Amino acid sequence: MSGATLATARIGVVTFPGTLDDRDAARAVRLAGGEAVSLWHADADLHGVDAVVLPGGFSYGDYLRAGAISRFAPVMESIVDAAAGGMPVLGICNGFQVLTEAHLLPGSMVKNDHLHFVCREQVLVVENADTAWTRDYTAGQRITIPLKNQDGQFVADERTLDELEAEGRVVFRYDGWNPNGSRRGIAGITNAAGNVVGLMPHPEHAVEVGFGPASDAGPRAGTDGLGFFTSVLGALVGA
Amino acid sequence: MGRVVVEVMPKPEILDPQGKAVVGALPRLGFTQFTSVRQGKRFELEVDGPVTPEVLAAAEEAAVKVLSNPVIEDVVRVADIEADAAATITSEGLA
Repeated sequence: MSGATLATARIGVVTFPGTLDDRDAARAVRLAGGEAVSLWHADADLHGVDAVVLPGGFSYGDYLRAGAISRFAPVMESIVDAAAGGMPVLGICNGFQVLTEAHLLPGSMVKNDHLHFVCREQVLVVENADTAWTRDYTAGQRITIPLKNQDGQFVADERTLDELEAEGRVVFRYDGWNPNGSRRGIAGITNAAGNVVGLMPHPEHAVEVGFGPASDAGPRAGTDGLGFFTSVLGALVGA
Repeated sequence: MGRVVVEVMPKPEILDPQGKAVVGALPRLGFTQFTSVRQGKRFELEVDGPVTPEVLAAAEEAAVKVLSNPVIEDVVRVADIEADAAATITSEGLA
């Protein structure tokens, strides 16, 4: 890895009205060695960023449907175009919902099957380690990152689910208990090109010792989420 | 001024937690005859002037593109609200 090159990688983090986790996402980018650039929902200019994170929260209060109004924000028009051109885009939780509403990813998220908000340290199986955001993991690896949502149940029709499975586009599956009732235990998916990834759990909350989930190293010592951000930096420099 | 009503319902196979909560509450209030409740959304779109076929077509497009998500919801009705007496009684009879 070239430290000098990585330091220049610019990762945009979008703030919509109601976004909550933009600061955490920006911190994760910096801890991975990138430069975090704040992007504003009403500004169509991507300010020359090399990749974009759509963080979690409740954009536009989740009115209409989770992520539905964000899809029409000026910044999203630019992101949809840039994603089609291959720019890496990561949608976390509400960001995942925005990506499905923007049709960058298939399916949709509905209320958890048990009807409760759920907040826990979630174990995921990495199914696809070839995307721009997962290349620092290995297929079959288990990672622990926080999960917190109410509308986290991933749904899609059977044909779409079969396609996702056949094309290796299921990126993460829940290990053990399925916390949302998601179809086929799916926690995250990617587009056909592998540059757009969305998932419900929050990697940006597991990037620094002292502030993450429990791990073998001790309470709050888990940093399994950092790999998302180092992955994209590596993908950008072609390392 | 014309008004178009658009009604959207969750698809039958999608869990509808609001409907589920309501159907659970009904028997507790003595309404024991209802076995299922599904809760949808009703939108009222206003236009200057009458509801023309073009206005209705635009409402249908908006219903599919914005007001519903075809993965989880069905648009079950797009109609000129004034043409529906029952609908006007509901919205204006209470005013």
